[in-house]
Amino acid sequence: MTGTLKAYAVRLFPQVAALAIILFMVSLAFPGFFKLSFQNDRLYGSLIDILNRGAPVALLAIGMTVVIATKGIDLSVGAVMAICGAVAAASITAGHSLAFTLLVTISTGILCGLWNGVLVAVLDIQPIIATLVLMVAGRGIAQLITEGAILTFNHPGLIFIGSGSLFGLPMPVIIWLGFGLIVALLVRRTALGMLIEAVGVNRRASRLSGVSTGVLLIAAYILSGLCAALAGIIAAADIRGADANNAGLWLELDAILAVVVGGTSLLGGRFSIAASLLGAMIIQSINTGILLSGFPPEFNLIIKAAIIVLILVIQSPRAQSAFIWMSRVRAAEPKKEQEAK
Amino acid sequence: MNFKFALAGATILAASVFSAASASAMTVGFSQIGSESGWRAAETTLTKQQAEKRGIDLKFADAQQKQENQIKALRSFIAQGVDAILVAPVVATGWDEVLQEAKDAKIPVVLLDRTIDAPKDLYLTAVTSDLVHEGNVAGKWLVDTVAGKPCNVVELQGTTGSSPAIDRKKGFEEALAGKDNLKIVRSQTGDFTRTKGKEVMESFLKAEDGGKNICAVYAHNDDMAVGAIQAIKEAGLKPGTDILVVSIDAVPDIFQAMAAGEANATVELTPNMAGPAFDALDAFIKDGKEPPKWIQTESKLYTQADDPMKVYEEKKGLGY
Repeated sequence: MTGTLKAYAVRLFPQVAALAIILFMVSLAFPGFFKLSFQNDRLYGSLIDILNRGAPVALLAIGMTVVIATKGIDLSVGAVMAICGAVAAASITAGHSLAFTLLVTISTGILCGLWNGVLVAVLDIQPIIATLVLMVAGRGIAQLITEGAILTFNHPGLIFIGSGSLFGLPMPVIIWLGFGLIVALLVRRTALGMLIEAVGVNRRASRLSGVSTGVLLIAAYILSGLCAALAGIIAAADIRGADANNAGLWLELDAILAVVVGGTSLLGGRFSIAASLLGAMIIQSINTGILLSGFPPEFNLIIKAAIIVLILVIQSPRAQSAFIWMSRVRAAEPKKEQEAK
Repeated sequence: MNFKFALAGATILAASVFSAASASAMTVGFSQIGSESGWRAAETTLTKQQAEKRGIDLKFADAQQKQENQIKALRSFIAQGVDAILVAPVVATGWDEVLQEAKDAKIPVVLLDRTIDAPKDLYLTAVTSDLVHEGNVAGKWLVDTVAGKPCNVVELQGTTGSSPAIDRKKGFEEALAGKDNLKIVRSQTGDFTRTKGKEVMESFLKAEDGGKNICAVYAHNDDMAVGAIQAIKEAGLKPGTDILVVSIDAVPDIFQAMAAGEANATVELTPNMAGPAFDALDAFIKDGKEPPKWIQTESKLYTQADDPMKVYEEKKGLGY
């Protein structure tokens, strides 16, 4: 047990360290950063904002991790978010119950995932192209549902999902933490995770050794669609309206970035959901930090890019082997001096 | 006697038929960008309404955000021999050739809500709002409302580098210039969206002592203001009272917020660009009166005193 814990610690160390450094840097720019208070029945503060605002990317990153582990990619998640937000808003304004609305919305997400999965697994289309179809078409579908306007609603139950709180934490935080935990346990407490990695490393070899690769691939894209549906519900509930043009716009790129910052290779294979979630929090910490620091908005993207390049450089195998080499040299130098004496 | 009456009747009848015929004879082609926002949908609705009111036969073409579709639509309007063309240009460049074709066919072209980089003699006039003026109206309202009291303002900018963001910021700053009691303490982009408006406002509230240091928020569009209002409420403050909210665009949802006392003022970017355009075309075609090269639409200020619920009902059906 301590062995696995130690393995986890080693695996997550770069992400935890990066997150800690970023949080420390933000707290230098904005002294009240770590201040937490209890307000309106929930914890209130910038740290909570990061957890809360990072919810959509965190949820997308869960599905994206599994898809990327199969050597795939899902570009459609942002558009699926917009579709699901639109479906939720349309259903609730049409007078349907909350339970029915959630069921329909989540089914829509699953359906979108199934579409992607069938294109990739059955028709053998390259994932980047297969999911590009829905990425482009999805926003159009969402606009058809909302008829081009921002579809607003006032249903207290649906709004609660976006801005309510449970156990002192905002609902979106509870949802992504809970869902992340469930998926992580599902893939790591069963052989599922290993099978997914096997498909990602070599699809043909795993099929020949008896893994039903088609089912696994479709399941991975369905999970991604489901995550996008949850993120879409949260995004719509947060602003009490479905904005087909802007909901989830470019979030697929943030989700992919979260997975990459989390150290999962785009070439498939080994993956870590916890690391991807940390990656999502790293991205959101940068975003919130920039907003708090008071820099002019022209700097936002440059700062974000610079920090991310730095994190990726530190994580790259070349840089790491260089660090190891340097530490060896440093360790060897005093010995030489002693020998010379 | 009878004959005279009959003759007079016939003359009146003929005159009315003739005038009806001349009114319906005006055929105008309208090339719209596409359905990019609620505002544009409202512009399309109002253009159709205005055309119907004036008995103009409007030919409508949706370009789906593509310039090549607009150029195609313009060419087909020219081929059909319309009397005039309205175009809401999707981009600023690349219009010279097709506008020259329209000019050769002696068809006047009016630009709606956006301008282009082309020689001014290629089009009749441009009907647009003055973005700097909009920001100025919002700023003046705030200056008058706080009436000399110290006031820290936070600003939610539009998409960085977009012309509405640059101009609405400039106009607002001009209105505040020289007023030492008003200070813009924080300014960030909210990308014109509700989500980002809410997120940015949340961090402003944290950064300015839980919002106690903020007296007003100025948003470059209503959607960001709606997001900011939600953030202010969730921080336990009263938008509209504890923190004044002023924004631009005048979309229906902000009137609901104003009716609830949660927003204070909005400056209208009128979707009725076609009305002034048709007036100018009418004067040009009938009397040959050349309009100025730029017709500025009114930037009307709405406050809580303007019966926001009534305005909301009027605007609701326009397709925003």
